[in-house]
Amino acid sequence: MLLLLQYTLIFTSVLVLVALGGCFSEHSGVINIGLEGIMVTGALGGALAMKYLSGDLAAPLVILLVILASVLAGMLCSLLLAVAAIKFNADQTLVGTAINLLSAAAAVVIVRAINTAENVDNVSSTVEYRNARKAFLANIGGFEFNWFMLIAFLILVAAYVVLYKTKFGLRLCACGEHPQAADSVGINVYKMRYAGVIISGALGGLGGLVYITAGVSEWKFENGVSGFGFLALAVMIFGQWKPVNIGLAALMFGMFRALSNVYTGFDALAALNIPSTVYNMLPYIISLLVLVFVSKKSRAPKAEGIPYDKGQR
Amino acid sequence: MENYAVEMLNITKRFPGIIANDNITLQLKKGEIHALLGENGAGKSTLMSVLFGLYQAEEGEIRKDGKKVSINNPNDANELGIGMVHQHFKLVECFSVLDNIILGVETTKHGFLKKAEARKKVLELSEKYGLAVDPDALIEDITVGMQQRTEILKMLYRDNEILIFDEPTAVLTPQEIQELMQIMKNLAAEGKSILFITHKLAEIMQVADRCSVLRKGKYIGTVDVKDTTPEKLSAMMVGRDVNFVVEKKPVELGEVVLDVQNMTVASKHHKNNAVNNVSLQVRRGEIVCIAGIDGNGQTEFVHGLTGLEPLKNGTITMNGKNITHESIRKRIVDGMSHIPEDRHKHGLVLDYSLEDNLILQRYFEPEFTNKAGFLKRGAIRAYANRLIEQYDVRSGQGAITKARSMSGGNQQKAIIAREIDKNPELLIAVQPTRGLDVGAIEYIHKQIVAQRDAGKGVLLVSLELDEVMNVSDRILVMYEGEIVGEFDPKKVTVEELGLYMAGSKRKEVSTGE
Repeated sequence: MLLLLQYTLIFTSVLVLVALGGCFSEHSGVINIGLEGIMVTGALGGALAMKYLSGDLAAPLVILLVILASVLAGMLCSLLLAVAAIKFNADQTLVGTAINLLSAAAAVVIVRAINTAENVDNVSSTVEYRNARKAFLANIGGFEFNWFMLIAFLILVAAYVVLYKTKFGLRLCACGEHPQAADSVGINVYKMRYAGVIISGALGGLGGLVYITAGVSEWKFENGVSGFGFLALAVMIFGQWKPVNIGLAALMFGMFRALSNVYTGFDALAALNIPSTVYNMLPYIISLLVLVFVSKKSRAPKAEGIPYDKGQR
Repeated sequence: MENYAVEMLNITKRFPGIIANDNITLQLKKGEIHALLGENGAGKSTLMSVLFGLYQAEEGEIRKDGKKVSINNPNDANELGIGMVHQHFKLVECFSVLDNIILGVETTKHGFLKKAEARKKVLELSEKYGLAVDPDALIEDITVGMQQRTEILKMLYRDNEILIFDEPTAVLTPQEIQELMQIMKNLAAEGKSILFITHKLAEIMQVADRCSVLRKGKYIGTVDVKDTTPEKLSAMMVGRDVNFVVEKKPVELGEVVLDVQNMTVASKHHKNNAVNNVSLQVRRGEIVCIAGIDGNGQTEFVHGLTGLEPLKNGTITMNGKNITHESIRKRIVDGMSHIPEDRHKHGLVLDYSLEDNLILQRYFEPEFTNKAGFLKRGAIRAYANRLIEQYDVRSGQGAITKARSMSGGNQQKAIIAREIDKNPELLIAVQPTRGLDVGAIEYIHKQIVAQRDAGKGVLLVSLELDEVMNVSDRILVMYEGEIVGEFDPKKVTVEELGLYMAGSKRKEVSTGE
């Protein structure tokens, strides 16, 4: 039971972070379908930081540096989307897809290059970070507490405050809903959209880091992040682009995802003798079902996906 | 020396292929309501965009309180105290009224929004000028009138002194228009200077102090409203005397061209039928007008007639041929022309060129497509140029202009050219003059009457009672999806028609059997 709670919370943290990232991007008016790729890039940044950080550093410093690495990597990756979509008016869905393909492949190439440089016979795409990972964890009576659970919760609160209680949030949402209106009152739509996308890169990158450190001490980058970026998009839509709802939606999806890790621990579930693949599929099947029913009345930011054209009135 | 709030002196603004503003001078006195009158495409919107900083003029200068200023973007305009209510409101639909007002000029404390003060100021302004709004209501939930008041409050909240209203009455109901007129007078009395862009003469006569007239990008003159008449103003605007009365020869009825029996069309919005058991006939040489208040089934009736929506019941016979189940293309080929209610949705492909729009219904004819299936570009261009010439369709780049960039009046002229030039048996015109200025209205009415005189059947659907009374030979009133009365326009009064349109009177109608 404790294990279920632990996995639920950590997967929820991943989904919350990434879905909030998508939320910021979409509220500024840019569809970010590249979250999956941004997660991979962020994960790679974090994994390499953990690999190379010496074991003597204090835990808080390790946490800070590793987070910084993954956040920066995610932001750089999202900048690709920002420049293409905002400066060059590219189709946002296509650019996002390209980022997904590019990031997954680039991560494998980079990790293999590093591995073969260290040992000519090592052609795996795995990064190991057993030592550094310990910095994130604290054992509280059998419950493996991960600092990211707290961080994700704080970011959720912060996102709510930023979006609804600050000038920045008001302006950001205006750009995603009616950029012409925002422009007519002197708001720089382009700047706000850059801000939205880059925030989504930071959160997406961090989410990637949390995902790969959730349960294991090494990561094989051929696996990417197994669709968690898309799952986060589903969470965002199910949460109707609102932070609180996103938190609740993430909890639900996170629980189903966790179930596939730990169902053997429950006698009742194990007795059912359902193949493990079914549990693995659960979150994805549920996201499909949820989207079928929810997306009809979903209220996305009105101007998302449309490049802003100053001349059109 | 007069005391001017804003002066635009010798402004010239060119676009590719067109001089939108040619040496225009406009002087706005402090505390006056100054109307800017002109047809669609006369350059009013361009001139205001220059003043508001959306465009920069090539020549000329702008002065504020006698001092030369440069306005490069809306922020500059804002700092000079110039505000604008755009024709299409710039409001974020899912924000509250208050959020929309403060957007861009938010007051904050430690980075957090401070709305209490803003709310107080908005309520004070709202009280002072009689602009009733609910600050917490969402824009998507309130009436168009309240949305407009929100836009006005946006300007007042920014302490703007010069207020531009871009065709503010186009979207309002008659009562809301009266309220707006009163608000404008209040604002002027408080010392605000107002520029009022319009092509409705009655409104100018009612509120404006002075009026400047533009025509085809040129400045025609400025007059004191109290010294002029609507006729004089419209002559200045159009460049000739406008005939408000449509001239028609007596009716020469021919055979029946359209026979609708028991048409019933389902509604998309409610369970009842939008059109309920309607029967009517249109003969050659007459204009039959369906009058009624918007939303009483006229749209669905026309959609059923033209094939845009399926019928639940009933038959349509055109020229003796049953077309009830024919495709839209077949109906067009059989001689049905349709000037649609929504010219952007059903009339034009906005991102196509003008010439492609003009052959939308005929591109497959041998005249425009060769045997191998390729379009004959040369023939299309020649055809388009002939129509543009003949129907006086004005656009920036002629046949290759994108339909989207044309003014509303010229878009409508293009549709009319296309629909009339294919020589139809039956012309269905739905609100053909909506949103157009007097010159264009006169032109379109002439074209419709010409079709009737050429022995075509014309079915006109209109919400404007003036149009109904002036143009038609026979009036049918539609109320809640049914025909509730048939009238001869010469023998009925507007008041009488109004009673039928509102549903308080009805009579059995012969279906022409």
